[in-house]
Amino acid sequence: MRRPHDVGGLEGGPIDTEEHTLEPWEKRVVVMRRLLAQQSPPVMTLDALRRGIEDLGADDYNRLSYYERWTASITNNLIHQGVISIDELSRKMEEVETRWRKERTS
Amino acid sequence: MPDHFHAHPEQPDIEDTPFTEHQVMAQALEELLIAKGFFTADAMRKGLEGMSTASPADGARRVGRFGEAAAFEERVLHSVNDTAMELSLHVGQIPIHAVKNTPQVHHVIVCTLCSCYPTALLGGSPDWYKSRAYRSRVVREPRAVLEEFGTHLPADIEVRVHDSTAERRYVVIPMRPEGTEGMTEAELAACVTRDCMIGTALPQVPQP
Amino acid sequence: MIPLRFAVGQRVRVRAVFPPGHIRTPYYTRGCVGIIESLAGIDPNPEHLAYGHLGHPPVPLYRVRFHQPDLWPNYGGNLQDTVVVDIFEHWLEATAHA
Repeated sequence: MRRPHDVGGLEGGPIDTEEHTLEPWEKRVVVMRRLLAQQSPPVMTLDALRRGIEDLGADDYNRLSYYERWTASITNNLIHQGVISIDELSRKMEEVETRWRKERTS
Repeated sequence: MPDHFHAHPEQPDIEDTPFTEHQVMAQALEELLIAKGFFTADAMRKGLEGMSTASPADGARRVGRFGEAAAFEERVLHSVNDTAMELSLHVGQIPIHAVKNTPQVHHVIVCTLCSCYPTALLGGSPDWYKSRAYRSRVVREPRAVLEEFGTHLPADIEVRVHDSTAERRYVVIPMRPEGTEGMTEAELAACVTRDCMIGTALPQVPQP
Repeated sequence: MIPLRFAVGQRVRVRAVFPPGHIRTPYYTRGCVGIIESLAGIDPNPEHLAYGHLGHPPVPLYRVRFHQPDLWPNYGGNLQDTVVVDIFEHWLEATAHA
């Protein structure tokens, strides 16, 4: 099997050379990932981050943006380790979404 | 009775919002991890500040400093031999391995499996380096990819692509361009761009 | 000091197996023949690290250089063009000639 991230040699289109600076939420993901790796022992290593991204499956791997894949991987790793529970994540996500909707309509 | 119930509560479609599901997820993770004491809001703030100073200007400065070192190495190596020489350069904890362009060999760097990059030396990687198109094509057709960057290589040079599959990162030391005789190291550094150190560009003498 | 199975200049073949899991040996190299360019180091095994294990014992990591025509049918560039890949020892086997 060839896994979805293992793309060396596959067909690819033209390369878009335009660069963009990271969006604020993307920078927060980068910093969060680094802080998790710097814990002693690391909560999540780079290897675990990569594995989590690879395990997303072809649909999500191709559909999600680069830092969305990072977010999905970090989440899965933290759930797997019991650092966060699915239940508390769902409640916090609900709270964040409600807060943001309110902020955007006020 | 059950089949008269509307089983799914009305939910505003998240696609109508300016934020995505994963942005919500990332924010939720951050708040939970701070509440649980894994790191502080202050640590996040410091990390973000560190990122904004490590932006193009800082990256250019680091490239320039390395360009000076490369120019110096070039002069030293010039008196040794013409074969590709390899140096070990350590910046931070992840080892960075330098590969030197010669008249016989032009090096190009990629990470086909994810996007490993010598961030400690060059700053954040460009979007195209992370892109599927670059990662899939540069190992298979490096010359065509370099043409897309406007980089033309002689047919008889060996193009050597380095796929950074393990913990080592790679950086290219470009060849000294013609017309740079008598330049100071700082002037030589101005010829060396970030893309030269990935291998997708050749150093240019800045036009007056 | 860990004994090394391969020497610089030796011809090696990447094992043509395709298991699942976190692997840092790219698909395009599987079954291909290259030569050992150098020993990159002796590293903890990412196949273990990725699953939360310590990655011991560490494994020799080689830079393996492949000629492009040996990787792809109808390679369009200079036939001397190469790709160098960092590959762990357990993914390599000795081979006499291609």
